[in-house]
Amino acid sequence: MLRLENISKAFGSLVVSNSVTLDVTAGQRHTIIGPNGAGKTTLINQIGGQLSPDSGKIFLHGQEITRLSAPLRARAGLARTFQKNTLFQALSVFENVRLGAQAAHGRTYDLFRSWRSDTGVLAQAEQAIEQMNLGRIAAQPVGKLSYGDLRQVEVAVALATSPTVLLLDEPTSGLSPSETAQMIDVLRALPREISILMIEHDMEVVFSIADHITVLYYGEVIASGAPRNVADDPRVQEVYLGAPQ
Amino acid sequence: MDLFLTQLLNGLVYSVLLFLVSAGLALIFGLLGIVNLAHGSFFMLGGFVALSVTAATGSFWLAMLLAPIPVMAVAGLIEVVFLRRLYARSQLDQVLLTFGLSFILTDVTETIWGKGLSSLQEPQGLREGVSILGNVFPAYRLALLAFGFICAFAIWLVLERTRAGSMVRAGVDDARTAMGIGLNVPALRTATFAIGGGLAALAGVVAGPLLGVFSGIDVEVLIPAFIVVAIGGLGSLRGALIGSLVIGFADTLGKAYIPGVSMFLIYFAMIGILLVRPYGLFGQDPAGG
Amino acid sequence: MTSMILPPKQPAARRFVFVAMVLACVVLSPLAVLSGYGLDVITEIMIFAIVAVSLNLILGYGGMVSFGHAAFFGLGAYATVLISTRYDVSPWLGLAGGVGTATAAAIVIGAFCVRLGGVGFFMMSLAFAQLLNSGAIKWRPLTGGSDGVGGLLRPELFGFDLSDAGPMYLFTAAGLVGVLLFMRMVIASPFGHAMVGTRESSLRMDAIGYQTRRIRLAAFAVSGAIAGLGGALYAFYNGFVSPDALSFGMSGMILLMVILGGKGSLLGPVLGAGLFLSVKNIVSTHTSHWLLIVGCIFVACVMVCPDGILGFGKRLFRSGERR
Repeated sequence: MLRLENISKAFGSLVVSNSVTLDVTAGQRHTIIGPNGAGKTTLINQIGGQLSPDSGKIFLHGQEITRLSAPLRARAGLARTFQKNTLFQALSVFENVRLGAQAAHGRTYDLFRSWRSDTGVLAQAEQAIEQMNLGRIAAQPVGKLSYGDLRQVEVAVALATSPTVLLLDEPTSGLSPSETAQMIDVLRALPREISILMIEHDMEVVFSIADHITVLYYGEVIASGAPRNVADDPRVQEVYLGAPQ
Repeated sequence: MDLFLTQLLNGLVYSVLLFLVSAGLALIFGLLGIVNLAHGSFFMLGGFVALSVTAATGSFWLAMLLAPIPVMAVAGLIEVVFLRRLYARSQLDQVLLTFGLSFILTDVTETIWGKGLSSLQEPQGLREGVSILGNVFPAYRLALLAFGFICAFAIWLVLERTRAGSMVRAGVDDARTAMGIGLNVPALRTATFAIGGGLAALAGVVAGPLLGVFSGIDVEVLIPAFIVVAIGGLGSLRGALIGSLVIGFADTLGKAYIPGVSMFLIYFAMIGILLVRPYGLFGQDPAGG
Repeated sequence: MTSMILPPKQPAARRFVFVAMVLACVVLSPLAVLSGYGLDVITEIMIFAIVAVSLNLILGYGGMVSFGHAAFFGLGAYATVLISTRYDVSPWLGLAGGVGTATAAAIVIGAFCVRLGGVGFFMMSLAFAQLLNSGAIKWRPLTGGSDGVGGLLRPELFGFDLSDAGPMYLFTAAGLVGVLLFMRMVIASPFGHAMVGTRESSLRMDAIGYQTRRIRLAAFAVSGAIAGLGGALYAFYNGFVSPDALSFGMSGMILLMVILGGKGSLLGPVLGAGLFLSVKNIVSTHTSHWLLIVGCIFVACVMVCPDGILGFGKRLFRSGERR
C-alpha cells in the first residue's frame, strides 16, 4: 500500500532520516517507535508531503508520489493527523469533519449550492463522527474543546476523507488513561480496508494495536518486524534500556 | 560620462535616504512585528519641524540635531499608548491603527504648518559644487552620502557591538525568551519605535533640500520604503540596505534613461524578486521551513 | 440521524416573504421621503457598500488582508468610462467591460498575491494597486493623467433615464441586493466553507486534499469582479474617474468600511460603508479636519471595537443578557 525506499533528509548537518525503507501492507497496523529525536514526525511529514525528502522514493498503491503536493497525496487516499493543533478553531466539530469529507467527495468550486445539499458529503461526515463517538460534541466549536476531544477530532477529520492509508502522529499523546483506552478501542474498530501507519510512545497502545513495528533511532531503521520479534531484538533493548554496547 | 556619474551619485543619495527610512521600518517590524504605516508621517514631521527650527535660528545643523527629538517623543508616545495594547492582536489591527495615526498626523501637520510646498535651504558651505577628477558634484549631495554611510555604520555598531544592540537582536529573534532571561522587552520596544521614528525624521530633514517639505510626502516616501523592506526581507537590516540600493538605483537610473517605464520599475523589481524569493532577499519564512 | 448532528434549518418560505417585504420597504421608502440630493448620497453609499462587501469576501471569510482593493474598484471605473466614451459604445457594454477588466486583473494580480501569506500578501496587493495608480497618472493619452477622464452619460434602462436620481438609485439598490444575495449563496456554498477553512488553517486544508492557493485565487477573482461592478456603478454615478479611485487612500477607506461595520458578516460592510460616508458627508460640511476624524475613527475602531459595530453590538447584547 505505502512504501518508502531509502528516504533521506537532513537539516544542515543534522540527519533526520537516514535511508529509511519501510513497507505498509494492505490492512496492516504498522507502528513506528523510537526515542525522542529519532525523526519520527519528520518522517510522517515527508510521507504526508509537508516536507520533501532529499533523496529516496515514496510509493502509494504502487504509484510514485515523492514529488506530489500534499493535497494531491490526500486525494490519492493518504490521510494524516497532526500532533500540534491545526484544526479549524472557529468552526464546529461537525464542520471540521465535514470539510474533510468535502475534500474527498464534494464539489469544492461550487458557489451556487448550499453545503447542505451535498448529502453524500454529509453522510460521510456523519459516519466519521460516529466512528469516533463524537456525536455529543458535534456542534461545539473546536476552539473550546478539551485536549482529549481534540485528539479524537483529529482522527475523525482524517477518516472523513475516506483514506486507504491513515498516518497517525501520536494519537494518544497527552491523553488520560481512560481516554487512551477509548482511543485504542476506536482505532481497533477501524475496518481493515484502511491501512494504518502510526507513531506512538505508549507501549501499551503499541502492543494492543500494532501487528508490525519499526524502530527508528537517529533517523535510521534499526529493527522492523512482528511485535514479539522486535521486542526481543538486542539492539532495540539496547536503545530502550540504555545497556552498554 | 559626466551625466552617468551624476546619475550614479543621485542613485546613491536616494538609496541613503531610503535606507534611513527603511532601516527604522525593518527594525520596528523585526522587534515589534508591526508594519508601520505611520512611518512616512515621521519623515514628513521631521521636515516640518526642521523648517520651523531653521526659520527661528537660521541653522540647518541645529535643525538636524533638534528635529528628530519631538518626532521621537511622538513615536514613543504612540508605542506606549496604542501599540502596546495590540501586540497580541492580529496584524490587521496593527496595520489599521498605524494607518489611522498617519491620517491624524497629516491633519495635525497641515493645521500647524499648512500644506505648502516649501524647501529647506542647504547649510552654508555646502551650496557650491565640488570638483572631483574634472567632474563637478553638488557638495550637499556628497555630504549627504558621507552622512548616510556614517549613519549606517553607526546603526551597525550599535546593534553588533553594544549591550543595547544585543538586547534588540535577542528580542528580534524571540521576544518571549528575551523576556525570560530578564530583558525589559516593553522598554526595548518603545525605544526601538522611537529611534526608528527618529531616523525617519532625520531622513526627512536631510531630504528637505532635495525633495522639499510638503504634506503628501509621507506617502511618497512610505511606498518606496515598503518596497525596500519587502525586497530586502521584513525585519532584516541588511535587507533594508541592499533593498535601498536596488530601489535607489533602479528608480534614479530608470528616470534618467528609460523615463517611459521608470514609474513602474520599482514595482516590477519588487514583484520579480518576491516571485523568486517570496520572503525577500534576507527574509525568513515565518512558518519556518 | 441527520437531525442529531446538523444544526436545524430555519423554515425557509415564511422567512423569505418576511425578508423580501422588509427589503422592499427599506429600498422604496427613501424614494418617497428624500430629494434628489438625498438619493444621490444613498446611491453613493450603496456603491461603496458593494465594494466593501467584495473586500469582505477575501478579508472576512478568506483571511486575506488586502491593501490594494482600490485596484479593482478603480479598474472597473476606468474601463467603464473609457470603453463608453472612447469607443462610443453603449455604457452597458462599458459596464460589462469594467467588470470583465477587473476580473481579469484580479486573476493576474491574485496569482502573484496568493502565493504569499500574511504581510507578504498585504505588501504585494499594495504594490499592484500602486502600480496601477502610477499607470493611470502616467498614461496620459489614455487616462487623462491626474486630471482623470469623464464624459460618461448614464444610459436608459427599461425606458427610465438613469440620469435622474430616482432610477439611478433603484438601479444601484438592485445591484446591491443582487450582490448581497450572491454573497449569501457563496458563503453557504461548499466553496465558501472551503474558503473559511483556508482562513482558519491552510496547513490542515492542504493535508486533507484542498489546493489552497487555487481556492484563494478563485475567491480573489470573485472579489475582484464584484469590486469591478462597484467601480462600474461608480463610473455611472460620477461620469468621471481619476487616479484617486486607484489610490492608497482609497484602498484604506474600503478597508476601514469593512472593519468598521464588522468583517466576516454579510451586512457588516454595508453598515460600515453607510456609517463612514454619512459621517463624511456631515463632517466635511462643518470642518476641514476631515482627515483627523477619519484617523480617529480608525484608531477608535481598532482600540474599542476591533470586530466592528456588528460585533460590538453583539457583545453588548450578550453581556446585557447575562445580567
